[in-house]
Amino acid sequence: MSGAAIPRGGLAKFRLPLALVICAAVVYAATALGTAQGEQLSWSGVMGLLQRMVALGIVAVGQTLVLLVGSIDLSVANLISVSAVIASHVMNGNTDAIALGVLAAIAIGILVGAVNGVLVAKLKVSPLIATLGVGLVLQGVLTTSYETLAGSVPASFRVLAYGRVAGLPLAILLLIVVVALAGFVLARTAAGYRLYGVGGNVQTARLAGIRTDRFIIGAHIAASVTAAISGLYLASWLGAGTPWVGRDGGYDLDSIAVVVIGGTLLSGGRGGVAGTIAGVFVFATIDAVFNMLQIDPFLGQVLRGVIVVGAVASYTIRTKAHVA
Amino acid sequence: MTRGLASLRRINPTILVFVVLLAAICWMSPLYRTPAGLLSLLQRAAPVVILSCGQSFVLIAGGFDLASGSLITLVVVACALITGGDAGWTWVALLASYGIGAAVGVVNGVIVARGKVPSIIATLGTLLSVKGIAMMWSGGAPGGYLPANLRFFGRYVWRHVPLVGRFPVAVVVLIISIAIMAWLMHGTNFGRLLLMIGDNPRAAELAGAPVRRFRMLTFVISALASVTAGILLGGFSGVSVDVGTGYELQAISAAVIGGVVLLGGQGSMLGAVFGGLTLYALFTLLNLVGFPEPMRVAVQGIILIAAAALSARRGRRI
Repeated sequence: MSGAAIPRGGLAKFRLPLALVICAAVVYAATALGTAQGEQLSWSGVMGLLQRMVALGIVAVGQTLVLLVGSIDLSVANLISVSAVIASHVMNGNTDAIALGVLAAIAIGILVGAVNGVLVAKLKVSPLIATLGVGLVLQGVLTTSYETLAGSVPASFRVLAYGRVAGLPLAILLLIVVVALAGFVLARTAAGYRLYGVGGNVQTARLAGIRTDRFIIGAHIAASVTAAISGLYLASWLGAGTPWVGRDGGYDLDSIAVVVIGGTLLSGGRGGVAGTIAGVFVFATIDAVFNMLQIDPFLGQVLRGVIVVGAVASYTIRTKAHVA
Repeated sequence: MTRGLASLRRINPTILVFVVLLAAICWMSPLYRTPAGLLSLLQRAAPVVILSCGQSFVLIAGGFDLASGSLITLVVVACALITGGDAGWTWVALLASYGIGAAVGVVNGVIVARGKVPSIIATLGTLLSVKGIAMMWSGGAPGGYLPANLRFFGRYVWRHVPLVGRFPVAVVVLIISIAIMAWLMHGTNFGRLLLMIGDNPRAAELAGAPVRRFRMLTFVISALASVTAGILLGGFSGVSVDVGTGYELQAISAAVIGGVVLLGGQGSMLGAVFGGLTLYALFTLLNLVGFPEPMRVAVQGIILIAAAALSARRGRRI
């Protein structure tokens, strides 16, 4: 495996994520103080800020894995909607059906991930096209059948989004668990190292005896499962799933943007979940700061586009090679 | 005989698919069995076909343009606000629209070619910003209407034309747009170099091709094609926030169906044109058989995957 594919050890690899988080936090704090909204800096204010990270954060972890193997997943937004709708349809306000609803959503996630992975790894379809196509199929089927699928989640399931453990929102714990799991696999297991190898150079990895197809399919399944979990969280947060919850949230492109802002290469082989979470934090603070400054939402959208491009350009502008 | 077979195999399969779909449409509905009926099909397919051709320039050179849908929205909003329904301002609005388009294209091109930002991220950023500008400019609720001489391009139909009877203006716009873009792609060194740039930018650069400038130009061409499509769509459907929604994906789907290889290096305008026509014919056919409207998207997805998988099987790198 080449040196570039292996994440550098020690604290060095956390330098960029830390810098991002500190910058975003300073801007957030300065805005809160400057606009005399000190309550945003209280425990509950900060927890509110962190809770904004959950839905995007979970799916972005999955997106990180897919980008690391050199693929991409554009179907996550529609899969989030499918998961939210299926979960609330199966649960239908019934506490006993919670486990079944969660299982159904995760099972659909695994299935969609397997389809994506097989299309990319076995049928050699461009990952952009394969996952875009799968996303469109999910969107079409869901919009057509939504009227027969409507339902709601029981109050006891809403604990996931609103419950607290020792003052810490349960949802944030969920995000921490997902991030820790992915971070552990990437940094501490042989599978994680091989994943970087596959993303760095598929041919070399195959020649080194790695079953590259399995890693590509596995990463797609992981991404789809995280999308399903985000969908479950959103169903719990909103009380019911709707067929537009994922697309309106812009989770497909946002999840890619935060991963790239966090320093993971779109071409794969380099990066990690720490950067991704820093990227998600940056997005959450941008939203919160715009809110505090009461910026017109449309102007906010314009600025958001500029910030995404500017942040990515600040890494890429020095590269010599041409990019697609 | 063998030569005949060989040339048959070289025909873009999309053309055959389109002919089959067209036959099915004519079989289903007598409306389409007349020249006028076919021309009205072309009229309504015009925006997708023009977008698909413009998008192909970007795709062939190895990029992506996701901003075309929101640029269409911005153009329609701009036309409505500049004219305020007053026919005297139409030419100003048209000029302004192409100016806005060129500006968006240059911005995309500079970000990708100079800033080295991957085009999918760059055009996603401009997608958000352009849509935001359209919403801000119109105060959040685009309204008003377009003057008749602006809607002329999209929906006017000349009557009593010899041979065909009715002839839509949009078809003329379509033919002129295709002619210009086909000439650029296949009749100039610019086009040939684009294929080379898409296949291997490093090699093209070493051979002396102005990679950055040409990459930038592809985004400008795609943006100008979006403006043209936006003017036609404004003519058909009037002013709304959603007028451009989803068109960027339709354009990419159409180009892939037509055999433009994503990430560059292959493709032709003929393929892009028939890709766009095939996609629109498919939507028309699904409408005729009473397929639920939202399922169109699902079918678009399946066709997209199938087209990409087929070209991968035919030994091309996709």
